Amino acid sequence: MTTKLFGEPVQRREDPRLLTGRGRYLDDLGPDALAAAFVRSPHAHALIRDIDVSDALDVDGLVAIYTWEDLPDRLAEPLPLLIPHPALTHGRTAHPLARERVRHVGEPVVMVVARDRYLAEDACALIRVDYEVLKPVVGVEEAAQGARLVHDDVPGNVGAHLVQEAPAADGRDARELIEDAPHTLAFRLDVERSASMPLEGRGVYARWDADDSSLRVYSSTQTSTSVRMAVAAKLGLPLPKVEVIAPDVGGGFGVKIVHPWPEEVLVPWAAMLLGREVKWAEDRREHFISSAHERAQVQFVRVGFDDDGRLLGLEVTILHDHGAYTPYGIIVPIITSTQLPGPYKLGAYRVEFSSVYTNTVQVTPYRGAGRPQAVFCMERTMDRIAAHLGLDRTAVRAANFIQPDEFPYDQGLTFQDGRPLIYDSGDYPESLRMLKELIGWDAFPAEKERAAAEGRRIGIGVGCYVEGTGVGPYEGGHVQITSDGRVHVSTGLTSQGQGHETVFAQIAATELGVPLERVSVVTGDTRRFGYAVGTFASRAAVMSGNAIALACRKVREKALRIAADALEADPRDLEITDGMVHVAGSPGAAIPLATVAVLSNPLRYAFDAEAARATQFAGASSPDRPPVDEGEEPGLEGRDYYSPIRSTFASGMHAAIVETDPLTAEIRILRYAVVHDCGNLVNPMIVEGQIHGGVAQGVGGALYERMVYDGHGQLLNASFMDFLMPYATEVPKVETAHLQTPSPLNPLGIKGAGEAGVIPVSAVIASAVEDAEGIPITRMPLSPSELFDLRRAAS
Amino acid sequence: MPERVHEITLTVNGTVRRVAVPGRRLLSDCLRHDLGLTGTHVGCEHGVCGCCTVLLDGEPVRSCLTFAVTADGHEITTVEGLADGERMSPVQRAFAECHGLQCGFCTPGFLCTVTALLRENPAPTDEEVLEGISGNLCRCTGYQNIIKAVHRAAELTAEES
Ligand code: FES
Ligand code: FES
Repeated sequence: MTTKLFGEPVQRREDPRLLTGRGRYLDDLGPDALAAAFVRSPHAHALIRDIDVSDALDVDGLVAIYTWEDLPDRLAEPLPLLIPHPALTHGRTAHPLARERVRHVGEPVVMVVARDRYLAEDACALIRVDYEVLKPVVGVEEAAQGARLVHDDVPGNVGAHLVQEAPAADGRDARELIEDAPHTLAFRLDVERSASMPLEGRGVYARWDADDSSLRVYSSTQTSTSVRMAVAAKLGLPLPKVEVIAPDVGGGFGVKIVHPWPEEVLVPWAAMLLGREVKWAEDRREHFISSAHERAQVQFVRVGFDDDGRLLGLEVTILHDHGAYTPYGIIVPIITSTQLPGPYKLGAYRVEFSSVYTNTVQVTPYRGAGRPQAVFCMERTMDRIAAHLGLDRTAVRAANFIQPDEFPYDQGLTFQDGRPLIYDSGDYPESLRMLKELIGWDAFPAEKERAAAEGRRIGIGVGCYVEGTGVGPYEGGHVQITSDGRVHVSTGLTSQGQGHETVFAQIAATELGVPLERVSVVTGDTRRFGYAVGTFASRAAVMSGNAIALACRKVREKALRIAADALEADPRDLEITDGMVHVAGSPGAAIPLATVAVLSNPLRYAFDAEAARATQFAGASSPDRPPVDEGEEPGLEGRDYYSPIRSTFASGMHAAIVETDPLTAEIRILRYAVVHDCGNLVNPMIVEGQIHGGVAQGVGGALYERMVYDGHGQLLNASFMDFLMPYATEVPKVETAHLQTPSPLNPLGIKGAGEAGVIPVSAVIASAVEDAEGIPITRMPLSPSELFDLRRAAS
Repeated sequence: MPERVHEITLTVNGTVRRVAVPGRRLLSDCLRHDLGLTGTHVGCEHGVCGCCTVLLDGEPVRSCLTFAVTADGHEITTVEGLADGERMSPVQRAFAECHGLQCGFCTPGFLCTVTALLRENPAPTDEEVLEGISGNLCRCTGYQNIIKAVHRAAELTAEES
């Protein structure tokens, strides 16, 4: 069939505009808007004694200066806590502008609005804030000691504490089984902070229409629908009077799912107050010190296992640093603790975390969202067991795999969506077999020996993961076929470069039997679709993809019904090919979808040729029935929602070969192999691109990226000069192979792919460096100088 | 006190443009906000990411590290000037064909850099490609398809010349 596009590496429809400079990113909009800039705290912890703006008042082009005192009721309150959880007993969020106290460097204190950004920053520089500096709490262990407090009313700095236990089948718990195990190991692991770091920062642009009393907000966000609800609530506007649009977004990777950011409510408020367009585009330093970070954890592991390396019990205690506030709840440590089991049967499992406040930038999900830490922990454990028993590392993993005939497999835990953690499908043994073949696992020892003979050190590493993707609660899709034969698809969730316009068009074109060129897709625009959750948790393809497919099926069913009337045929005999509805096997009797669209509306002004042509089919409606019959609607359109009972679980395995320099301890990745299973692929080219990008971010996290805070809570490397993200020269070529075990949970059989690439990379690189060096690797990232120190300590 | 402004003349994508700018105005801001050429992006404003790369008299420069006044009298090519009318340049087409972009924010900088690279060296080796793009950050693609696109662009250019 010419219109079968699902599964094809179709080229992206967003590219021509993005390649010619016609993309519309946030700061490309509103050329005449006033500019906002912020005075941000230079201290990690301080009381605000006084704010003196007098010097700033003379700045040419200054329009307004606002502090917390100026904010009206709802805006003066702390920002919402998005995802409450019973274990988050001490959730705290910031005020949009600091009230009396600042808790991290970068917290917004004053908002300035001026004619342009240069002038707004001039004014900011002249505003004097008098601070009483307090000693900050920096680092997760200092926080856990609780000697000083980030929030006076949060004892011990503990925001949340959660224990989950999944006992063995016989009811015995992890601690008991570890005690009785033939072998036990205990060790500590550390992961440092990194961040999403999209190349486009955050940004907000607001227009108040005084004639219409309505507000239009553009935000570089991963969730326009929720920003809309937050803005309406905070500004006291009726929801239908607020529209929020995510224009082209220059990357998100998690940080832009947080909402509302202080700027997202302050900028629209100023636009309303001033009756002028106002825009704020974040600069890079602001992004480092005022948005969000992730990853930092300390993990204490105890494991018991038998002679074959089979796990009998695993106990993990996690200290998680969530920074100064918890606007996004405790999703990250919940994901770490529940995704830690990976593709394995653990025997019994006990996981406990404390999530603590520090005087640093808040922690919210970054691509992988707690999983890279989880996989680091589980896979380091697997390698330790193998080393202890003298077994092959892949053999220990294989001994613990959930087998293909054991799905659905219940891990006995409660997942991030509050639902039971039940894996839907997968084939882990096959995945490992493919990976070993791809990287040449069995031939490696000989290669290593040859290299050693030449004085080179090389090592191989492996890492496996299972990733819950496509979390609910829902997404929706709307599909309309107009009388020109065009298909208009919309969904509420947003795009940040994943190619949604392309993949959703592929799904719609396949479902409806129309050429791809005829389909257009709009995402993240509340004028087109008001109910959505957002783009995170590798959920867009699963959630909106299926919702759009379901909406298309409704439209298709209606189109066939109308066409059957017109063609005097049975709808069951009809097919749609290339936009023509025809009787299967008889191309003669056919009617274009465009004509069907005209027929779907009893009001038939002949505005276009199609409407005029449709008159030949008119007049079929019975005089005894209303023109729009009961249960019918005019028009050829449909809306549907997809709401899964639980998440679907993608999986994958990575392997790498690294070389370490015997003198300088420089670490080079020679090969990187990925076997990836995200169920049915909608567009393999796009999935591969997601994997490449994820692996590159993983390499950053494994070898280069960290947030360097000093004891005063100053972020010492808040620039691209000092925060080392990989360039092309640091990223290995990624060799990929796909396994497709469809998800039984959704109509299209797909699982999410967006985050996968990043998840196991730290674990894999640690495994490979350990193999090359013979020194236990327990913390990431690992720099050459740290490896050098490890060598010294070991010798 | 209002800022002093300077009248400058830039030839941007073949068109002569006159604009009045304060001495401190960055070329990136001048292109984007004074001339409305928003295809040039700003990712760091401190010269590291390469998003803001444009061609100044044919040579790639970081427009965020260049004051607009210093470009007075010079020729500038931005991403908007790479295509030949409606037909995208070989570099642009190669990026589309090889999936060398995701969010597209870094892309204009890469396109300008690669256009200059291939003009100097029409058939670069893998090493030369890596070297050539090693001053541009991309957070989305992992670079693999960008590298592929550079080779493909070299091929397309050769075929079409
Ligand atoms: S914006 Fe100019 S180099 Fe980053
Ligand atoms: S495509 Fe997004 S930063 Fe390169």
